[in-house]
Amino acid sequence: MSQPADEMPAVAGRRPRTGFRLPGAGDSLQKGLVVTYLGLIVLMPLAAIVSKSFDDGLSGFWTAVSSPQAVAALELTVIASLIVVVINAVMGTMIAWVLVRDDFPGKAIVNSVIDLPFALPTIVASLTLLAVYGKDSPVGINIAFTQAAVVVALLFVTLPFVVRAVQPLLLTLDRDMESAAESLGAGRTRIFWKIVFPNLAPGIGTGVALAFARALGEFGSLILISGNVPYLTEVASVFIRGQIESDNLTAASAVSVVLLAISLLLLACVMLIQRWGLRHER
Amino acid sequence: MSDSRPYTRWALRYAALGYLFMLLLLPIAVILVNTFEDGIGAVIEAITTPDALAALRLSLLTVIIAVPLNTVFGIACALLMVRGKIRGKSVINALLDVPFAVSPVVIGLALILVYGSGGWFGADLAAIGIQVIFSTPGIVMAVIFVSLPFVAREVIPVLEEIGDDQEKAAETLGASSWQTLRRITLPSIRWGVSYGVVLTTARALGEFGAVSIVSGRISGQTETLPLFVQKQFETFNSVGAYSAAVVLAVLALATLLAMNLLRRKEQSD
Repeated sequence: MSQPADEMPAVAGRRPRTGFRLPGAGDSLQKGLVVTYLGLIVLMPLAAIVSKSFDDGLSGFWTAVSSPQAVAALELTVIASLIVVVINAVMGTMIAWVLVRDDFPGKAIVNSVIDLPFALPTIVASLTLLAVYGKDSPVGINIAFTQAAVVVALLFVTLPFVVRAVQPLLLTLDRDMESAAESLGAGRTRIFWKIVFPNLAPGIGTGVALAFARALGEFGSLILISGNVPYLTEVASVFIRGQIESDNLTAASAVSVVLLAISLLLLACVMLIQRWGLRHER
Repeated sequence: MSDSRPYTRWALRYAALGYLFMLLLLPIAVILVNTFEDGIGAVIEAITTPDALAALRLSLLTVIIAVPLNTVFGIACALLMVRGKIRGKSVINALLDVPFAVSPVVIGLALILVYGSGGWFGADLAAIGIQVIFSTPGIVMAVIFVSLPFVAREVIPVLEEIGDDQEKAAETLGASSWQTLRRITLPSIRWGVSYGVVLTTARALGEFGAVSIVSGRISGQTETLPLFVQKQFETFNSVGAYSAAVVLAVLALATLLAMNLLRRKEQSD
């Protein structure tokens, strides 16, 4: 043993302590530090927003949230996010399928490129999308400053969620079940809906919820390509920025609280889906 | 089941690849072409202006502060969540996901409400000469917030998978908890930690929304590289915008490469 004797006293028969501890810190101290850090960085700022949003009372909150421009922004955000997650559910599952079950040259590269939207800064995404789908489009598609641009930008940033949630499930899916069903005469559509889909559903659900939460709050990738036109292409986060810049912090906070509430609801959904998936496995 | 009908397989394959091409590869290719249209000299000139260099420096500074803090926090939090015998784990778990679920703009607004001039602590901090909002501390805080969960989220599953047999054995043999951490736990979670650090760094370098709200966007002072891209684009300096964007895109590709290498290392271990 290379340890100096004083560093590792070999006391025979010493009772090992139960549980694992950070050096010099019991669970309670470590918990205190972790919770303080989380509280200072995450909880306190969120509390500030909730408190600010009710500065002018409940009626002030309602006035801010129900102003026509805020409603238009929230509506666009939710509808665009819904469209995006439906496309993601279909395309994401399809991409995961191709990456797991198909084989073609360059598959490994395609597989690693999937994560690009997570790695690429959102402002760069916005700039690149504008270069391809803006007025100087090399492929002749100009959707800049339209609602279609909002959807495309959101599709870009949310691409990996469903793919990465479905892929591991497909990898562990037992192919014998499918062969058995096939030999018993089940058609391909039937096999997909009766065997494959139920097994992938928890992954699709998780991916969709995460993508929805991301789409609701997205800002950077929209900023250049959407044009931020009020009532047309202004999403909720851009509306909030406008309110901050015109020093209307109460209205900004009120709309933020609405966004927060939807996001937290979605996170709760993810937890439920994961628990349901776990129970399914047993 | 895909073996019997090649048409379905091809249709699926090319639909998936076509979608990825239009959404991912084409944009990246176009921006590379646009950037180098005027030659590499123009690019180098654009990214070595004083404002661009100041933006790069500020971005690196935020990374140097935020990444180590969030790494230590992430490991401590993961150990607590997996090994600790505490109540309220589900609360910590939920709080840990908040930065992923909240709009960056909302994060920026929250920081203004706490540390801004009219905020909870803004006046007190100003009295002792500390300006957080429209200054470097605010930018660093925004970056810490958005990149908080990555290390913990990567390490938690690894800790769950390896179990605590070796740690228990080390303790039985009389190792102190510091020795157990340094010699048993940290080595076995190293790929998870590295993976988390790569993701944290990428997010810290690229964060735009939260930073743009708290920074005040003063060129040469409170502008990070992503904010510099926007400013150059809005002032019709497309060479500057594209060049800085390509720098960020190259860093993103390096991130992907690092993630792949780490995944391979982890599997070969």
